[in-house]
Amino acid sequence: MVEQAVADAHRREWAAVLAATVRVTRDLDTAEEAVQDAYVQALTAWQRDGVPTRPGAWLTTVARRLALNMLRRQKTFEAKLPLLVDRDTPEPDAFPDDRLRLVFTCCHPALSAEAQVALTLRLVCGVPTPDIARAFLVAEATMAARLTRAKKKIAKAGIPYAVPSASDLPARLDAALTVIHLLYSTGHTAHSGADLVRDDLAERALDLARMLHLLLPDHRETSGLLALLLVHQARRATRTDTSGRLLRLADQDRTRWDKALIAEADELLVDALKAAAPGRFTLQAAIAASHAQAPSYAETDWSEIVTLYDLLLAIWPSPVVALNRAVAVSMLAGPAEALVEVEKLEQDGRLAGYRYLPATKADLLHRLGRDAEAVEAYEAALALTDNAAEQEFLTERAQLFGRPENVGGVREN
Amino acid sequence: MPKYAILIFERELPNGAADIPPEVLAEHEKVPGRVAELGGKELGGLALEPTWTGTSIRGDVVTDGPFIETKEALAGVSIVEARDLDHAIELAKLIPIMDGGVEVRPLFDFQVTP
Repeated sequence: MVEQAVADAHRREWAAVLAATVRVTRDLDTAEEAVQDAYVQALTAWQRDGVPTRPGAWLTTVARRLALNMLRRQKTFEAKLPLLVDRDTPEPDAFPDDRLRLVFTCCHPALSAEAQVALTLRLVCGVPTPDIARAFLVAEATMAARLTRAKKKIAKAGIPYAVPSASDLPARLDAALTVIHLLYSTGHTAHSGADLVRDDLAERALDLARMLHLLLPDHRETSGLLALLLVHQARRATRTDTSGRLLRLADQDRTRWDKALIAEADELLVDALKAAAPGRFTLQAAIAASHAQAPSYAETDWSEIVTLYDLLLAIWPSPVVALNRAVAVSMLAGPAEALVEVEKLEQDGRLAGYRYLPATKADLLHRLGRDAEAVEAYEAALALTDNAAEQEFLTERAQLFGRPENVGGVREN
Repeated sequence: MPKYAILIFERELPNGAADIPPEVLAEHEKVPGRVAELGGKELGGLALEPTWTGTSIRGDVVTDGPFIETKEALAGVSIVEARDLDHAIELAKLIPIMDGGVEVRPLFDFQVTP
């Protein structure tokens, strides 16, 4: 019971408690340690006295006191004393703003993209370092070093613990949204292996997107990102079959999609699409929602989807978007026209090593009756993925269209 | 307030600062005033002569030319006081750049972490 309450408080309040503590210490490491200790103390204190009505406030009070004691022990207290004065006149209910500061500190452009994601997970979501290391497939010591370096840079370079000014906000917010999206994608389709941590990452990202939307309700791209993640989440359970095999959109059981999440996404989108120039997350969400609304794959509004892709490409000319657009074109205008687009992308070279390029090409070739070439493309895709579910899917496709002796082994030519 | 060095990197001009167009120089001269308007303080600025005027000393060996050769050379340095990195970046953006960029580095002696 108490364990559950502490776990809930960890999930919901970690960022707020840490943020409020950092504001007193101005030092991330001390604040983090203090917050961790506060959660440990909560286990026994709440057992004894009952769960407080405002767990976040309880944890913040304890963490702040612990942090001050730590600073005193470190003998840096006196040196830092002038800094400990709360310059921002804390308001007791300033939590949302505090968390936002923490998000923007972690997503500061002076930090590398990978450090941004790792720090956000650690500081805003409270994910333990070993779990972050597992999610990014690096050794725990490597991740710990990476996080330490990032925190040192925050301190040494003087990266502010603040929400950027209005003029900087759009650019910075984009970094924050990108981090959340990346986080979700990492959890959504892991590069290799299969682990519960991945589900956890996706959920953390969704929590963050919800939080940002709550804090910046008028920002349309924030609504767009949340809508996008909600649609992905709604379809999550149907992406693999009972034995863990990957299922294509066409083969997914649409009756199992979470209607409530899709409806929530639709509502957000209505607002986000009102923007004079919808952003990339909003447009991606609109595409995903269009798929989600179609009663069947065949009845998808491909014309609308191609139009949305055109808008998306105009503001975000990414080869990955162009590839996805080609798939929609294949449904609207046929595989031959789409193949032309895909071959252009192949020559472009930026997608070399991107497994979905040969996989898409394989599917188009198969639909054109060119199965031998399709098998070759499947094998090329197979060579580029380490994810077990994807490997199995691609192997099966290759076997379906090819002669068995051609499949899976090394071909001499 | 913490101090930052703004390192100015530019593609080299044959005669260095002497070749900088007058309108760019005029912009440079306005920088301290603009820094102050934005709440910072420029403590000093240096413009370097081209790299070929440099002399390197390693141990007892004295040789011509720069220690490190790069496509863009260090062309100048400005020392500013700023509230935090964001403020320093804002100030660094005031420096007119022709064909290069600037790097903002905190100076070791600052004691304040905002």
